[in-house]
Amino acid sequence: MSVEVQDPSADGQAAAKNNGLASRRLLTDRLQLIGLSIGPLVAAILVASLILIAMGVNPVDYYTYIVNRGLLSPSGIEATLTRMGPLLLIAAGLIVAFRAGIWNLGGDAQFLLGASVVAALAPVLTGYMPVWLVLIVTLVIGAIIGALWSLVPALLRARQGVNEIITTMMMSFLGISFSNVLVKIFFLDPATNVPQTRTLPVEDRLPRLFDTTISSGVLIGLVAILIVHYVMAKTAFGLKLKIVGANAKAAVHAGLSVSALTIGVFAISAGFSGLSGAVAVLGQYGNVRADWNPAYTLTIVPLVFLARFNGFATIAYVFLFSVLSIGSESAARRLGVPNYFTLVTMAILLILLGITEMLDQKRRESRRT
Amino acid sequence: MTLSSQPADDAEPLAKPIVSLKSVTKRFPGIVANDSISIDFFPGEVHVLLGENGAGKSTLVSMLSGLQQPSEGSIAVDGTEMPIASPQKALSLGIGTVFQHSMLVPSLTLIDNVNLGGSWWKTPDREAIAKRMEETALSIGVEVNPAAITSSLSLGEQQQAEIVRALMRGSRFLILDEATAMLTPKDAEKLGQLMRRLVAQGLAVIFITHKLNEAVAYGDRISVLRLGRKVGALGPDELKSLGPEAATKEIIRLMFGSNGNQAAETTRAAGSARPLVTATDPLLEILALEVDDDSVPVTGIELKIGAGEIVGIAGIDGNGQKQLSEALAGQRPVKNGRIYLDGQPIEDLPIGARRHRGLRYVTDDRLGEGTVGAFPVSINLLLKQIGEAPFWRSGIEQGGAIAENARKQVKDYDIRTPDIETPAGKLSGGNIQKLLLARELTGSARAVIFAKPTYGLDLNNIAASRRRIREAADGGKAVIVLSTELDELIELSDRIAVMSQGRIVGIVENDGDARQKIGEFMSGVAA
Repeated sequence: MSVEVQDPSADGQAAAKNNGLASRRLLTDRLQLIGLSIGPLVAAILVASLILIAMGVNPVDYYTYIVNRGLLSPSGIEATLTRMGPLLLIAAGLIVAFRAGIWNLGGDAQFLLGASVVAALAPVLTGYMPVWLVLIVTLVIGAIIGALWSLVPALLRARQGVNEIITTMMMSFLGISFSNVLVKIFFLDPATNVPQTRTLPVEDRLPRLFDTTISSGVLIGLVAILIVHYVMAKTAFGLKLKIVGANAKAAVHAGLSVSALTIGVFAISAGFSGLSGAVAVLGQYGNVRADWNPAYTLTIVPLVFLARFNGFATIAYVFLFSVLSIGSESAARRLGVPNYFTLVTMAILLILLGITEMLDQKRRESRRT
Repeated sequence: MTLSSQPADDAEPLAKPIVSLKSVTKRFPGIVANDSISIDFFPGEVHVLLGENGAGKSTLVSMLSGLQQPSEGSIAVDGTEMPIASPQKALSLGIGTVFQHSMLVPSLTLIDNVNLGGSWWKTPDREAIAKRMEETALSIGVEVNPAAITSSLSLGEQQQAEIVRALMRGSRFLILDEATAMLTPKDAEKLGQLMRRLVAQGLAVIFITHKLNEAVAYGDRISVLRLGRKVGALGPDELKSLGPEAATKEIIRLMFGSNGNQAAETTRAAGSARPLVTATDPLLEILALEVDDDSVPVTGIELKIGAGEIVGIAGIDGNGQKQLSEALAGQRPVKNGRIYLDGQPIEDLPIGARRHRGLRYVTDDRLGEGTVGAFPVSINLLLKQIGEAPFWRSGIEQGGAIAENARKQVKDYDIRTPDIETPAGKLSGGNIQKLLLARELTGSARAVIFAKPTYGLDLNNIAASRRRIREAADGGKAVIVLSTELDELIELSDRIAVMSQGRIVGIVENDGDARQKIGEFMSGVAA
């Protein structure tokens, strides 16, 4: 008789054993997670140091200098925090877009147009209304201008399914040039020879925090990122966006209006970019010079990915990036290392994080077998 | 060679198995997919692996084909234990796998598909490949056209080509994973005959299927998996001495344990007449409905469905059933005509509003559109109610209410999931269907459209799904069931409409000669 029947029981025992293992694993997993995030950072600085040595610069001097100027000196940390404001706003907009599976890469134009229009309007409006109202009105206008510049890609994507990567980038070229035209022809400050808008007096700008030079723009940025984080994690609207991003067919099946949500995502994302431009002008620069383009968006994109769209991790990465970039601006003058070296450090970090993740995945796979 | 339900007389296994599984265990987080399974696969035999969805068949196949590695135990090939570390390794050992979904590149010719693994620096000798392909095909009694573009072939032909390709690569151990699931009955039968010819040449074939009749008809040896364990096996001798009917009974007993009889009865209670519907006013009324579509435009659909009535829609797949059900659900615009629900026109309403009126649609594309695989079960259960109280208040997620709803649904609908937070995509097909049923049938459903409700499910889940459909009707809902399985419609429906080329070509009462009448309509009398 070869009809063999094995008894399908004893499920419980196996499960209990698994639980014990699981809790111990959780601890080692946590430790490994920390190692996985710090390790690449250390390694990235080591690799960047090798490049610095090849350039004839003492890496210890360089990084000490950067940390001193970007983090430890009072003026440095103030500049770092002030810079974070616009960057966090751009990051907030990117998180919303990427979660919904939409690649809004036109942030630079949305930022610049918001900045230019606000720079032109704010000095005029101060003649008609109190400063606090000017600030609120111009912040809103900056956001609206940014959102408007995304309307064409939004409609094309929502109605015709046109790939938004191409359209937002094309609109970005147009918008950057258009912003220059505005600054050079229509918004020009007649009082100076340099082509730039009128400069907003320091007392009419966003209030500074305490007795420092830190602009309250950083608070706007932090609030924006935390709101986005909460909305994506806890609200029905955020969930709808995530469904559109994860499975558009399921979104249609569930009765969500995918095209309306798409246009909404574009408006929010581009609105944050425009708001970021407004904050940069109202809190930091006070005017827009012709041909000015800090090109923040494409720098922030990898940071947001590194943070896996998590709000808190994004804040940490943006802070790190600000320290490096403020510090390296001083280092450029002092040690002759180009400003762009910040991007080299960030790029190495990005690559190393990618490699770490790949190795980690392999390790987890091999542990399973 | 003729098809027979009996294995050849000399099917006594040659002494040595080609491949042996030795206490193979495979664990995934939270689940033991295979639990110390030992099976020997002999040359010259069709070895059928039977089991419910989630019994562990697919995991077993992926370990044999080198896609995954066992957590414990080992696999021996020709008596030597060796890890099958990669699909390439599997191929070099002579293990070929034909998956349920075609693995050929649709835009290439069969020749180029065969050449795919070849060295990139060599110009393929297409003529030689074509010749070898034709010879191989001839040797197993099938015909292929090597120069044909893959996408121009039927699924059955593509599968034959894949088998030929596997043989050309030197496979002597062929795994056919759910190979008949996508095929028409005729193609499935051809495949069965092909399997017999392959083993006659000394190959070993593993055939994975849900369908008991195929297992008994083509298998020399049957192993039954259940919840990750091998719960029994029938060797060639038993199969022969039992005969098809007794063998089927024995297999059902192994597969479903004590529930076996019940499951078998409910699915086999064909023709059991449901009480006649007395309601007069139609609950769901479709008038002169037209739906635009490039391939199968739908026209002139007229249907009236009363409360408590089940109307089946029969037809060969691809005759406008999908277009019709999507138009009813609101996922596709209606070109012309009316849809009334409870006397109110709904054809211009968006999807959400139709759902609020009580129209529900259980899609057959369970993974593609029915669920978001990466999201937890709890959220998938509420996918169509996002933002609604009590699960969201002022747009804010209420974790407690969502979890409570999920736990209740999981219990009520017997959804087997490790946790309500488990991503829905990790569940087996049957449990995903239960999830969809739970989502669509709760609340104030008035009319429910079931698209291929038991497609790809195993016996237990088929029985459970059909029971839900009957309960829906008994609860006073109007029910439409679109299915390609006539038995299913005859078991469930009060009336059956036959769809062909986007039209309803006839509607019959489900009485004694329904089957014959439907057959006439389907065979194109009206077309």
